[in-house]
Amino acid sequence: MHQLTIAEIVRGLRDKQFSSVEITTHLLERIQQLDSQLNSFITVTGDQAIKAAAAADDRLAQGDAPALCGVPIAHKDIFCTTGVRTSCGSKMLDNFIPPYDATVVSNFQQAGAVSLGKTNMDEFAMGSSNESSFYGAVKNPWDIERIPGGSSGGSAAAVAAQLVPGTTATDTGGSIRQPAAMTGTTGLKPTYGRVSRWGMIAFASSLDQGGPIARTAEDAALMLSVMASPDKKDSTCLDHPAEDFSAKLNDSIQGLKIGVPSEYLSDGLDTEVRERVQEALNEYVKLGAELVEINLPHSNLAVPAYYVIAPAEASANLSRFDGVRYGYRCENPADLRDLYMRSRGEGFGEEVKRRILVGSYALSAGYYDAYYNKAQQVRRLIKQDFVDAFDKVDVIMGPTAPNPAFKLGEKNSDPVAMYLEDIYTIATNLAGLPGMSIPCGFARGLPVGLQIIGNYLDEARMLNVAHQFQQATDWHQKTAPATTPTAE
Amino acid sequence: MEWEVVIGLEVHVQLATQSKIFSGASTAFGAAPNTQACAVDLAMPGTLPVPNEEAFRFAVMFGLAMNAGIGKRSVFERKNYFYPDLPKGYQTTQLEKPIVGEGQIEIHLEDGSSKTVRLHHAHLEEDAGKSLHEAVFDSGHGMSGIDLNRAGTPLIEIVSEPDMRSAAEAVAYLKKIHSIVTYLGISDGDMSQGSLRCDANVSVRLKGEEELGTRAEIKNLNSFRFIEKAIKVEAQRQIDLIEDGGKVIQETRLYDADKNETRSMRSKEVANDYRYFPCPDLLPVVLTDDYIEQIRGELPELPDAKCARFETNYGLSAYDADQLTQERATADYFEQVAAKSGEPKLAANWVMGELAALLNREEKSIADSPVSAEHLAGLIARIKDNTISSKIAKQVFEAMANGDGDADAVIEAKGLKQVSDTGAIEKMVDEVIANASAQVENYRNADPDKRPKMMGFFVGQIMKASKGQANPQMINKILKEKLDALL
Amino acid sequence: MAVDAQTVEKLAELARIAISKETIDDVSSRLGDVLQLVDQLQAVNTDGVEPMAHPLDAVQVLRKDEVTEPNRREDFLALAPLSEAGLYLVPKVID
Repeated sequence: MHQLTIAEIVRGLRDKQFSSVEITTHLLERIQQLDSQLNSFITVTGDQAIKAAAAADDRLAQGDAPALCGVPIAHKDIFCTTGVRTSCGSKMLDNFIPPYDATVVSNFQQAGAVSLGKTNMDEFAMGSSNESSFYGAVKNPWDIERIPGGSSGGSAAAVAAQLVPGTTATDTGGSIRQPAAMTGTTGLKPTYGRVSRWGMIAFASSLDQGGPIARTAEDAALMLSVMASPDKKDSTCLDHPAEDFSAKLNDSIQGLKIGVPSEYLSDGLDTEVRERVQEALNEYVKLGAELVEINLPHSNLAVPAYYVIAPAEASANLSRFDGVRYGYRCENPADLRDLYMRSRGEGFGEEVKRRILVGSYALSAGYYDAYYNKAQQVRRLIKQDFVDAFDKVDVIMGPTAPNPAFKLGEKNSDPVAMYLEDIYTIATNLAGLPGMSIPCGFARGLPVGLQIIGNYLDEARMLNVAHQFQQATDWHQKTAPATTPTAE
Repeated sequence: MEWEVVIGLEVHVQLATQSKIFSGASTAFGAAPNTQACAVDLAMPGTLPVPNEEAFRFAVMFGLAMNAGIGKRSVFERKNYFYPDLPKGYQTTQLEKPIVGEGQIEIHLEDGSSKTVRLHHAHLEEDAGKSLHEAVFDSGHGMSGIDLNRAGTPLIEIVSEPDMRSAAEAVAYLKKIHSIVTYLGISDGDMSQGSLRCDANVSVRLKGEEELGTRAEIKNLNSFRFIEKAIKVEAQRQIDLIEDGGKVIQETRLYDADKNETRSMRSKEVANDYRYFPCPDLLPVVLTDDYIEQIRGELPELPDAKCARFETNYGLSAYDADQLTQERATADYFEQVAAKSGEPKLAANWVMGELAALLNREEKSIADSPVSAEHLAGLIARIKDNTISSKIAKQVFEAMANGDGDADAVIEAKGLKQVSDTGAIEKMVDEVIANASAQVENYRNADPDKRPKMMGFFVGQIMKASKGQANPQMINKILKEKLDALL
Repeated sequence: MAVDAQTVEKLAELARIAISKETIDDVSSRLGDVLQLVDQLQAVNTDGVEPMAHPLDAVQVLRKDEVTEPNRREDFLALAPLSEAGLYLVPKVID
């Protein structure tokens, strides 16, 4: 049953092939069997899940079932859940039980989905390997000595290991797409503002965007249709009516113009990854698409601009964690300053502290113009590159990450090497564009992701483009070794 | 050496919205601690701000009243610093693109002169919470308690140019701001509740100098009296310091009302670097010309316009018109009295005289006046139709203030009606003349020039006999006739 | 670009994050690496380019002035590490 996709589960539940309680129980058992090894969940809410599944079964029986009624999912532990600890992967929030739900969580509840729990992540979503979590690293189901990518490593690993068919995730610089690529799953970061950020703990407000990780583009479309909604509680959320992202899945892609940026296939790209991407592009040609070479001349500046803007925003966003109203507070503070210094010094991990310091530096007197302002100017140049490219092409494709999953600990001591993991994904966050990663083969036995970047609000077409590829290939159906209890 | 004081003010005005600037929590004053602090105000993880439309409307009204430019595209920024009353660790405020740009207002000084003070800008921001100290706790743990009810209350911060040259000018400016915001109804202006607070930037320089001296900022002044005293004492401190060969340092100071001195707030001297940047949770607020013009069309009459109208329509002196229009409630009260009594000049005298004295004595605002505008108008009507004299009117006024009903009721109950009956007055005059033969004799023998003065004695006696109720003009007329008849 | 220990201490103070003396050199050197990465920005000519604080050219939608949030003090205070008499407690605040 764990092999079923969301689309199959929806059909199975409606056709009474199985109940929501049955599949929920089955997946909870799998989590218990397999997750001690993977560590993809921080919190499993078994009892609540069974209750929700039973309620979903009642609704299914009564015939008033909403879209994802009875479908098991899991939320990245960055989304606030009433009554369920929401840690954001940090010691700072190890004891934080929100009295409110994120809009994304409410949306899934209203759609009848059953949450199995909260998935592991890099602390405050800062990381590309899921090693900065206070709850320990997540292992890649394809090779448990390797990282699953980050920051949504738990969400990606849980889907890849077939512990749950779909998870919510967030992407600030690649945190949905890069782990999707590392784990052979399908992940979509929507246009900035598609998905409400209310109740989604902020890392960098102008870059953060929630999205789904699933096994297929079809499932990602079903999830996004639920996730995306206008929200009056988020000023930056687009006032765009809810959309059926599944509507165009089966459209033909005959004549589709695919932009291939030469900058994304140059130095620093793993040879095998380049080959897989090239093969995927060839496959698209077979499906009737046309490849167009394009240039994104400011690509090389995306990582530097990002590592000014994201830490700057984060440095302010994370000031609220001060040990006063919730979360971690140091023992016996001597005075007010000591309360702040130690609560934050002890409650945050190294990478989070580093980014707060970098952000404080970029905004401090005398450096604002040289760093923050400059980065925001470069950001416009980067966006303009894309705007120009989309005058000529329908979608842009390239690798999601420069290499397949690396070994745990391999890049831990070198933050800059870690930052370059997101070299191909970051620009879309800066520009606010939607981006996707879909499996397109293997390099040295590890999954490789193909990135699809769409124009603003063009998610339906991206999903169509991804779905057509998945109809023609079976990379997304390959099963990771750690999906069976015997895999040790 | 002649010194000149240079003052610029930063005035914080709480806007009278129902809900906070970025959340739907109530702004009502005086609630139990933290009962009006919602998830957004408490900076709970994942919560986001959504700005209040009314705060913008109020800010635009203020800008228009100050003859200022309106920021058609205003941007919120984050001002970063740690303080327990600031839950997010940053204050959401405006810096580069404020809602109100440069403007100017005229202030009126006690000597009757006027002066223009330039507005640098005014911006919207959120208020902080409050720190309460150990007195509130039974246990002696010595900690501070944080109440975040006030956190997120909308403020406009009004920043003047350093155009004021005395404490009196600063007070006049502040009174003008107070007058404008209360006229507009965008703030209750209640300084005792902190609805209007002020920081004063004070420096001194030798008269004739072009360059500004180093300034000190006096924080959190919350009454007109303290502002005046604090500026005076700070200016003197700086002058003494310089004359003794010292140097003023740029710093934040606190006014101690008990000791009447300012002292340095060293705890806030730790190099502040606020790291302002545009708030990424909020988008630029764009206002259209139509929106701004609509608000302009709905502006109420402002103090200067009202003052001019009072002079023209009611024939009041400039001084009286200015006094009556400083507070909207006073102006409204006056207009009611004037309209109902048909006697604007008498109305003005009574509002600025007896009524002001009464309110001052009882420490009440005009809104809580024990004598209603209607009652005062009724009283003035009785003076006008000679039912009572001005002197008796004061007695009636006191009775009305004590809650004895309207003027007619008081006059009736106390029998204060003026005697204008010729026969009755003649009788009283005859009696007084009969009982004062010596004075009558003196009158007869006196030099004719001195006689009018000597009548005072007889008038006094007659008034006494009538308990003050005899019509004074009639007494004079009849008395003169009778005395002259004896010559 | 190297970052000296003094700069790190100043930043740590601004950000209110305690950094132990033993780790300060390590933090300085890694911070230096990051700043070296972002210093690539200095090479770009951005004259006349309007900074972009937000990816979309959207404008703010304002909220009606209505009280929508009920009193949930007990829910929120339950999360506080230390509270008394409805107040959040902190070491004495000195003005």
